[in-house]
Amino acid sequence: MASLITEASLRSRISEFLAAHDPASAGRLAFLRARFDAGLAWVHFPEGLGGLGAGRALQPVVDEAFAAAGAPDNRPGRIGIGLGMAAPTVLAHGTPEQRARWLRPLWTGEEVWCQLFSEPGAGSDLAGLGTRARRDGDDWVLDGQKVWTSMAHVARWAILLARHDPSLPKHAGLTYFVLDMTAPGVEVRPLRQLTGEAEFNEVYLTGVRIPDEHRLGEVGEGWKVAQTTLMNERVSIGGGALPREGGMIGVLAKAWRDNPARRTPGLHDTVMRLWVRAEAARLTGLRVRQQLAAGAPGPDGSAVKLSFATLNQQISAAELDLLGDEGLRRDSWAMGRPEEVDFTGRDPGYRYLRAKGNSIEGGTSEVLRNIIAERVLGLPAEPRVDTRVPWKDLPR
Amino acid sequence: MSDELLESADERELRSGVREMLSAECPWQSVLAFVSGGGDAFDPKLWRTVATGMGLAGLLVPEAQGGSGAQWRAAAVVVEELGRAVAPVPYLSSAVVATTALGLGEEPSLLGRLASGELTAALAVPYGLWSAPRLLPVSAGVVNGTVRGVADALGAGLLLVPCEDGLYAVDGAAARRTRVMSLDETRPLCDLEFTAAPARLVASLSAVPCALRVAATLMAAEQVGLASWCLDTTVAHLRSRLQFGRPVGSFQALKHRLADLWVELTQARSVVAYAVADLASGGDDASVAASLAKIVGSEVAVRAAEECVQMHGGIGFTWEHPAHLYLKRAKATSVAYGSPDRHRARLATLVDLPLEAS
Repeated sequence: MASLITEASLRSRISEFLAAHDPASAGRLAFLRARFDAGLAWVHFPEGLGGLGAGRALQPVVDEAFAAAGAPDNRPGRIGIGLGMAAPTVLAHGTPEQRARWLRPLWTGEEVWCQLFSEPGAGSDLAGLGTRARRDGDDWVLDGQKVWTSMAHVARWAILLARHDPSLPKHAGLTYFVLDMTAPGVEVRPLRQLTGEAEFNEVYLTGVRIPDEHRLGEVGEGWKVAQTTLMNERVSIGGGALPREGGMIGVLAKAWRDNPARRTPGLHDTVMRLWVRAEAARLTGLRVRQQLAAGAPGPDGSAVKLSFATLNQQISAAELDLLGDEGLRRDSWAMGRPEEVDFTGRDPGYRYLRAKGNSIEGGTSEVLRNIIAERVLGLPAEPRVDTRVPWKDLPR
Repeated sequence: MSDELLESADERELRSGVREMLSAECPWQSVLAFVSGGGDAFDPKLWRTVATGMGLAGLLVPEAQGGSGAQWRAAAVVVEELGRAVAPVPYLSSAVVATTALGLGEEPSLLGRLASGELTAALAVPYGLWSAPRLLPVSAGVVNGTVRGVADALGAGLLLVPCEDGLYAVDGAAARRTRVMSLDETRPLCDLEFTAAPARLVASLSAVPCALRVAATLMAAEQVGLASWCLDTTVAHLRSRLQFGRPVGSFQALKHRLADLWVELTQARSVVAYAVADLASGGDDASVAASLAKIVGSEVAVRAAEECVQMHGGIGFTWEHPAHLYLKRAKATSVAYGSPDRHRARLATLVDLPLEAS
């Protein structure tokens, strides 16, 4: 169906809204709720769910207009998992009741979401996960352990992948749920990373009950539903719209300009190569966003995420090389519990260390290369021994 | 500045039209025959089809002179497809670079003849030039001196020669032209010698750096075409070639390299789209965009061609397989109009990241 919302009509809606809701005097939450109810939250979502059924390309118009008006935002850095992964999945696979229950407080930031996918025994091989979901009347009962879960300590909801039938092959035995993180039997423990911080958590599930109405998609369709989440995750990790020298390269460029005495020809070559690569990746991100505006995220998002990880690592390493011993000074090794992650934040050591996670979180770079090789280029998969046998019979 | 980085429906249609024509009129076997024969300046039959038959020589010529008027995006599509076919025609050097230089002067009649394709022209500078050219002395309407290694000048009816006080037009036949045996024989080079050759002022010298920026940008489009052929051909080979009882394309050691190549090609395509969109909207960022495009275009073309040779194994090292046509073109274009290293040096100044403290 053709969208009836034009940029001009959208701008007039925004003006009307701002005339009726003064960003300065309306309370933050009340303002955000009203913005959602006016369909000005994520304009490509359907009417009644925070959107107008408009083209995705119009979203920057809204975000820029509200920012210019000094309106409070929903602190997107804090609710990235909800916005980037849970919301598109709930929209694509949820029932009308599920969408109505979850999307509004997700967008306003009243309810934080986290993702319970990875397990100690299932990282790259996500479909091999072992957390069990057993049907019990109108409920499911879950037992297992999840890991690498950002925001679990503040989250109200989790998207969760579990195994409902171990006698089926690994992909077929998975079902997708939304878990209430306040339910009895959910235990969150901080997991300290090599940065010193505990940005992530381990989550233990012991006899946790999930009502069947919190299942997302059909029983046995967990893998299919998870694809929606993962495609969106890669876009949201790698795909921010930045100006030239935005992100990590801007930090290195500034360090170069600020430290003429530390420059060497070899470092100069490195800096220029990275500057070019970062700009090429940025322009690719812009192009992917334009493609996204026309449709759903495709495998191009994997390319953006892959180069983002490599670049962050190389750039942050070059910054340490440039700064020499001054770059070794850290602000703290304390086990902080950050609620927002800024890859370019803190000190050079933090940036270098945190970037190591970029090629692991959201799909390792190796898995992303497989995805590109198989889904984009159409190269054959490696011979597999694990896809046709019952999950319970796999070595582990 | 226009920020539209996606191809329009018209551009897609143009691309498939040019590709279809080239697959019929310029299969790699005929390019191989062209370089094996040696001695020709370009393929005249193919040039007639491209320039006159499809009317593509005038994409950058103003409508008043019989062209289509600054169709930068369309020209980039044509250049990319010609690169994909390693087509031995002087489209980039004549219809893009020389036409740009001439278009900055006041020469309607010459532009009209370039638009029709009856005349081809070459900017008389070394193929690898990236900065200010050496200027030849001119007096009393005649030019003297030599220029080494000029691309597509061998068959050009008109030579545009940077002289001390401007850009001069010299009839191609008035120069002594000596063919150079070159790494890439699909785009022949020659040395030029002018001895009291009659010359006519056609534009100011500022046309030269402008034409070189356009050259770098559009060359990157050609390089994207070269790289995409190499990637497609290598993928097709790895899918069908069986060793150890399975397609060799199922080995991760090869898949990951091709995935990285695809990422690099996707980025080069984005950069070229940006640089061409910038030209189409007036060129506010033309210098940065041209250097950026030439760097990533050169790197991906060379890497794609080298991987194509390596991943084809034994057959890829033979004369009878087309991979070497792409390898030679890729490496030569990487040097042309400034190597990546030259452009990184220029970029360092443009974006205020100099080596020396100012």
